[in-house]
Amino acid sequence: MWASYGFLADIPFIAPIASKEAGDIDLLWWFLCAVSLVMTVLIFIGVIGFAFRYRKKEGVAPVPVHGSNVLEITWSIIPFLVMLVMFWWGTDLFFAAETPPKDAMEIFVVGKQWMWKVQYPDGNREINALHVPIGKAVKLTMASEDVIHSFSMPAFRVRHDVVPGHYDSLWFRATQTGHYRIYCTEYCGARHSQMVGWVDVLDETEYGKWASGGGSGGTLAEQGQQLFTQNGCSTCHLLNEQGRCPILKGLYNKPVQLNDGRTVIADDAYLRESILQPNAKIVNGFEANVMPNFQGQLSEENVIQLIAYIKSLATPAAAPTQSAGQPAAAPVGAARKAGAAGKQ
Amino acid sequence: MATLQTTPPEVKSEPVNYLNVEHGWKSWLFTTDHKRIAMLYVFSITLMFLIGGSFAMLIRLHLTKPEGLFAPETYNRLFTMHGVVMVFFFLVPSIPATIGNFLLPIMIGAKDLAFPRVNLLSWYLYIFGAVFAIYVVARGGVDTGWTFYAPYSTTYSNSYVLSAALGVFVAGFSSILTGLNFIVTVHKMRAPGMSWMRMPLFIWAHYATGLIQILGTPVVAIALVLVGVERVMHVGIFDPRIGGDPILFQHIFWFYSHPAVYIMILPGMGVISEVIACFSRKRPFGYEFIAASSMGIAILGFLVWGHHMFVTGQSVYTGIVFSFLSFFVAVPSAVKVFNWTATMYKGSVTFESPMLYAFAFIGLFTIGGLTGLFLSTMATDVALHGTYFVVAHFHFVMVGGMVVAFLAGLHFWWPKMTGRMYSEAWSKFAALLIFVGFNLTFLPQFVLGYLGMPRRYAAYPPEFQVLNVLSTAGASILGVSLIIPVVYLTWAWKYGPKVGNNPWGAKGLEWEIQSPPTTFNFDETPTVTEEAYNYGGALEEHQVG
Repeated sequence: MWASYGFLADIPFIAPIASKEAGDIDLLWWFLCAVSLVMTVLIFIGVIGFAFRYRKKEGVAPVPVHGSNVLEITWSIIPFLVMLVMFWWGTDLFFAAETPPKDAMEIFVVGKQWMWKVQYPDGNREINALHVPIGKAVKLTMASEDVIHSFSMPAFRVRHDVVPGHYDSLWFRATQTGHYRIYCTEYCGARHSQMVGWVDVLDETEYGKWASGGGSGGTLAEQGQQLFTQNGCSTCHLLNEQGRCPILKGLYNKPVQLNDGRTVIADDAYLRESILQPNAKIVNGFEANVMPNFQGQLSEENVIQLIAYIKSLATPAAAPTQSAGQPAAAPVGAARKAGAAGKQ
Repeated sequence: MATLQTTPPEVKSEPVNYLNVEHGWKSWLFTTDHKRIAMLYVFSITLMFLIGGSFAMLIRLHLTKPEGLFAPETYNRLFTMHGVVMVFFFLVPSIPATIGNFLLPIMIGAKDLAFPRVNLLSWYLYIFGAVFAIYVVARGGVDTGWTFYAPYSTTYSNSYVLSAALGVFVAGFSSILTGLNFIVTVHKMRAPGMSWMRMPLFIWAHYATGLIQILGTPVVAIALVLVGVERVMHVGIFDPRIGGDPILFQHIFWFYSHPAVYIMILPGMGVISEVIACFSRKRPFGYEFIAASSMGIAILGFLVWGHHMFVTGQSVYTGIVFSFLSFFVAVPSAVKVFNWTATMYKGSVTFESPMLYAFAFIGLFTIGGLTGLFLSTMATDVALHGTYFVVAHFHFVMVGGMVVAFLAGLHFWWPKMTGRMYSEAWSKFAALLIFVGFNLTFLPQFVLGYLGMPRRYAAYPPEFQVLNVLSTAGASILGVSLIIPVVYLTWAWKYGPKVGNNPWGAKGLEWEIQSPPTTFNFDETPTVTEEAYNYGGALEEHQVG
């Protein structure tokens, strides 16, 4: 449509919209643009109009005007009410964006100077690329190996900082197939501007084809199981009987009683901390300083694999050790199933 | 002078003023006269502005090509040094240290600031800090971004982080001392009859600024010390690998650096209130509300820092509170804009160059303020955070607002400061060129931000090139147009036609004394008997409807 305007043809005036949520945020964006435009025009008209109307004229003296409380209150309250609409609308959308749907498939992203490493539950791995099926909610669980990064996909209007020492997450549900940009948007050093990639939204069949490429080292949980043995975790965390350390079977997302009386939920963040800094929280009835610190020993990717393994132990019957080699039917979320379905 | 019998009479005819009372570099470097210190600041911050501006030109030059012209490492140093120099060595001191220093005592009928020696000390601290900043530039720069975010700054950056942080740390004390001096002066040194509600709005703005300088600046100093401690001694404060928390740095940093935005804009608002009143020949509409809004901005400004952190993973509920409070702080800013506009109502408006700069300020600040709402709204902030939208927004406030207000103030009071007038034609031409160049530079950046182009990128996708080239074209115009006032104002100081004490027919104590003023401003302490801005006629209470 801009073709007849020369160089304007080269400007993409509308950012791609690849999800319903992106459209919702854009609606709010256009509302804000409209309000700003109206206000700017009003003020410009006021300034130019008054300056012209009351320009200096011979024989016309300025009339002192003290002010008007009514006007002051009016032009304080009305803009504030309009801003309350912005506040309410923006907060509402933000809340929705912060709460991933229960059935979201989970993909893991590790940021490090200067790349995005992506791990899928079925064991697939990619760098600076993300493949997602159309119509499925996708939750990204993100960690950083070094400095703060920020994962941004403008086509979905999603962004979240990836802060070292934390898990951060965001979710989106693509409604348009296509090839969209990924950026790092928190300055992270020399090659910050090369920490970019692409997200491909594929339809069902294309996604199935892509996913069937599969991970060579087994599923994420199987990779985790290997690490669990290699790092000697299995000598103390016994599978079916009490060892020196707590049993991990059935642990994931369950409350844990600590020796200081607190109770915490064994979620991703807790498991990550307990692997890297085991003495930060000690389970009631166990000793501190039994397990070595894995901070600096295991990469964030390894930690994600280990957590995937612990997740797969969530229900005792489905532990991969008892059905070795096969994709476990453990409830590791729809992601797991989607990955497995793609492999067939 | 007594021995120089042959001194020509025309030299003698020039009355003694603060400029010609003493000569030689010692008379400047050891002066305690607030006006001379103000002029020292004018030179120093202009120098820093030219350095920071050169970096800006190199940044825009680099971005004419998607792959850039310089190595990414060089580009990262350029935008960092641009930010550090402009924020800490130009914008923070700009109006308070120059025009404020010069006028604050005069406007309230005092002979100097409360602590003249502390005032000189603050300039030396500024110079000490600036020397560190220039040293960092000479050695190859710092690459952390002006925000010094940890753990990049504490653990990963291989650049001159410590020297840059030390420079900013020291310059911070200069700012604290200026604020302290202003607050004490306003409290203790007002002339008889100069009640609080008779103070010019310029004074109110500087009083509010002083409060932020005193309460906020020590906090950024702490943040920088902690960066140094972690970088040198590896004490885990911010780096999670050694037990720290990177988010902690952001809280401490923005606790100062958001209010710092108001340090940079409030004095500009004070200037605009004076200029609009003078060239409308009217007391500002709603004087009390403009004064109160300065105080409101200073106080509320301390409660909004978390809006820089909506996407860092701070609690959603924390974000909601900060979002709400950020809309609150927009109200007093809007009130000011409405009042300035209404001031012209039933006035007698003329269009001298200070007034043109004031018009440009209102227009650009309005856009800068409104685009801030996009970033206070959480959902749109998620989309726009870290993009060129943010860059455009704060340049509209900092350059379109503060730099333009600074120029308005310089043009307004330059005849008072130097006793001479600049070329009205050149100054109007420059004002127009600045307005055009500025908009061409930064309006395309709003579009770039909406399209998702990240800031601090040494290379960018090719589809963004046209908008970037437009922005660079604007920056070239802006760059040239900002040099023009430097030239004609300097020229005017030496060769401009002499003007009387009150060339604008303005109200205010500063216009009742000699131009340039004598060392102690007033021969005897004035007694104030009327409200500020008494442009004649009986005041009428404006009725609505």
